Amino acid sequence: MSIPATESGAQMDSHQHKDTAPVLNNPVPVRHPGRWVSAVIILGALALLLQSLFTNPNFRWDVVGAYILDVKVIQGVVWTLVLTVASMILAIILAVLLAFMRQSENPVFRYSSWTWVWFFRGTPVYTQLIFWGLIAVLYPKISAGVPFGPEMFSVDTSTVVTATVAAILGLGLNESAYLAEIFRAGLKSVDQGQMEAAEALGMGKTKIMWRIILPQAMRVIVPPTGNETIGMLKTTSLVLAVPFTLDLTFATNALANRTYLPVPLLIVAAIWYLIITSLLMVGQHFIEAYYGKGVDNRAPATVNPAAAKAAAAVAPSADAEPELKMDFPEEEAK
Amino acid sequence: MTITTEQPLVKIEGLHKYYGTHHVLRGIDLNVNQGEVSVVIGPSGSGKSTMLRCVNLLETISAGRISVGGELIGYREVKGRLHDLKAKEIAAQRREIGMVFQRFNLFPHKTALQNIMEAPVQVKGQSKAVARKRALELLDRVGLGDRAGHYPNQLSGGQQQRVAIARALAMDPELMLFDEPTSALDPELVGDVLNVMKDLAKSGMTMIVVTHEIGFAREVGDRLTFMDGGVVVESGDPREVLANPQHPRTKEFLSRVL
Repeated sequence: MSIPATESGAQMDSHQHKDTAPVLNNPVPVRHPGRWVSAVIILGALALLLQSLFTNPNFRWDVVGAYILDVKVIQGVVWTLVLTVASMILAIILAVLLAFMRQSENPVFRYSSWTWVWFFRGTPVYTQLIFWGLIAVLYPKISAGVPFGPEMFSVDTSTVVTATVAAILGLGLNESAYLAEIFRAGLKSVDQGQMEAAEALGMGKTKIMWRIILPQAMRVIVPPTGNETIGMLKTTSLVLAVPFTLDLTFATNALANRTYLPVPLLIVAAIWYLIITSLLMVGQHFIEAYYGKGVDNRAPATVNPAAAKAAAAVAPSADAEPELKMDFPEEEAK
Repeated sequence: MTITTEQPLVKIEGLHKYYGTHHVLRGIDLNVNQGEVSVVIGPSGSGKSTMLRCVNLLETISAGRISVGGELIGYREVKGRLHDLKAKEIAAQRREIGMVFQRFNLFPHKTALQNIMEAPVQVKGQSKAVARKRALELLDRVGLGDRAGHYPNQLSGGQQQRVAIARALAMDPELMLFDEPTSALDPELVGDVLNVMKDLAKSGMTMIVVTHEIGFAREVGDRLTFMDGGVVVESGDPREVLANPQHPRTKEFLSRVL
């Protein structure tokens, strides 16, 4: 009944617009004087700041230039990077485990995970770093054996838990508690239907978590984890508490104390932290783009069905395991 | 699973389901023979989806028994006592039962092709080449041969649901469960999905279809079951039940949807 009506409507439409290009509206835009005022104020302030940077002799840019590539400073940069990367890797591995444990059906895993997060999030990282520095005082020997029973082997704690190890443990374990919560939030953000669909296909729990749930959770997990990594870069300056004395902040402070020039050496440290942070942000951008596929993308993946089909037609005879070949007659019979 | 022809492929006996104190299923009996299309209709909240989800253990069974191909679902019976199956054994049972969801539930981070290949490769251990060939055949079968590289968010609802059907078929199940497969679709997209399901029915697949599509039930169904309030109110030949419903509740429901 409605078909003739829409048809005539469509005809009228095409008739009206035939050949005549529409006259664009071209409205007078709203003026924004506030933008100009704010630009003048901010540019003015910026100009003053820049001027002071160049004219204030107390900045001592010559000293900044002299120390920016100093061996001690570069060593500090490298050690800071080592601490950041190592403690974040440790923290991420622990956090994935903790988040999976928290979602487990095994109550022992759930409570253990909760207690871990409660403890390491509930005490200051500075305290934890001091503690790891003092571990050799608390436990002079590390030994393995049966509780209250015979001892299998033992080593001096101080040879195993060096200052570097203590710093990485202190930073990594503390961070794992925060990351565990980020990972848990990410896992929870994935629709329940995904779990059900994978279960209905007969997939096992571990495969579902690694192949279906975690890759989707990564979209939610990566931005705050990038945030945490950048935070960690700066938190490494606390390793003095261990005491670990090779990181960037300690190195520049030591140089400042020797030269009695704290300001230029703080600037040296700040410049390096900014450079590393910028590099980390670039890395984060690519990781986000990778895990955004299927959600943020609008272009189909570059799978050429014809080519794929051609490849598949050739491949099975070469690739299939013997027992899989037996599937073929069965499949064709169906 | 071994299939013996004397008994029905799916046997649901005295199925009850509680959510806490809420008694959702109140004793369901339903048999589905090999190759049969069993359509289940009923008002929302009647328990028809819950019943379907019990068949592949997405819901635990509070009371009663379900067997598929003569094999008890979710339990092992030892000396008259039921024992829960291990997660691995449950997963093995689910492999024989395909499921299509109302909301498709495709994996959004995988292309249509990858969605279909996932379970054959990861669960059955097929080589990627074999799984890919089969996946492309299935995509052709559901009319989406040119959409292999598309992510779910680049497909319409109807296309997503057809990929979801292909994904379930890739495991070569002996039974397919459809949980309101067209309820989340725009009206003009329903037909394509129903056509795929009709083809599947013609190919001899055993299907349990929970739906509101009365036309599908009439045309394709071998048996129509009307559920209300957690019980089976009426069950029989679809054309008979639709033309001449016996129970007043069936009559009332049909008068509202037809």
